[in-house]
Amino acid sequence: MNPFLFWFFAFLMLVFGAAVIINRNPIASALSLVICFMGLSALFMSLDAFFIGIIQVLVYAGAVMVLFLFIIMLLDLRAENLRKINYVAVAGGAAVAVVFFIQICFVVGQLNAAKQPFPALTSAKTDDVHNIGLLLFTNYNLPFQIIGVLVLVATIGVVVLSKRELK
Amino acid sequence: MLTLGHYLVVSGMLFTIGFAGVLLRRNIIIIFMSLELMLNAANLSLVAFSRFHLTSAGMPNYNAQVFVFFIITVAAAEVAVGLAIIVALYRARQTTNVEDITTLKF
Repeated sequence: MNPFLFWFFAFLMLVFGAAVIINRNPIASALSLVICFMGLSALFMSLDAFFIGIIQVLVYAGAVMVLFLFIIMLLDLRAENLRKINYVAVAGGAAVAVVFFIQICFVVGQLNAAKQPFPALTSAKTDDVHNIGLLLFTNYNLPFQIIGVLVLVATIGVVVLSKRELK
Repeated sequence: MLTLGHYLVVSGMLFTIGFAGVLLRRNIIIIFMSLELMLNAANLSLVAFSRFHLTSAGMPNYNAQVFVFFIITVAAAEVAVGLAIIVALYRARQTTNVEDITTLKF
């Protein structure tokens, strides 16, 4: 794990993550989200989780974001015109988020394990696709099949929701 | 030297950005994107713990990575259903602003 690469990708991810919620134009937000997920997948790979990094790019940057962009363009959303901003609500929301972050830092600061560096991998190679596949089809076989049913239910649900008239 | 705490704080910052997005933005599609940010922040801390807690064979703990795999699958299904609901909502109300959708508001 190169510290410079860690800081670079963490910074990239956080800047574009912030751009998602700052941008007024939904398309700019969606494209920022793609770059944010790219940085996140680089962080996954810095943690030797290559399979997770790859499916992060495939599923999020590839499939989910195309779906988002498709819906934004289908609904023909423009940059929203500024409405009257409720400053009390905005200040309250920002305060809750900041307090939440301070609490996370506090908890991480109290955790002893958080101060230790990552131990070096002792095995010669990390064939993580092999190991995840093995776990998925032995220990987690039932959850894996339940996930399959869940995706089927989601597909049927989307078809029902997209019908012109609900009966 | 990078410690587990670095990854946990970065993951906490990403979660906070998503949380702030849900609280502050009024466009329902941006709120939905912020939900994705929060899910991915949780994934980052899970993968960091998986790398931190090695098994006896000296490999990362792959149980956490299988969990992340499940989270990504459920998130993809959730996005599909959620966007279908948003499209249905837009067809009924012609708006994506949450301040205009207050039928269930007490």
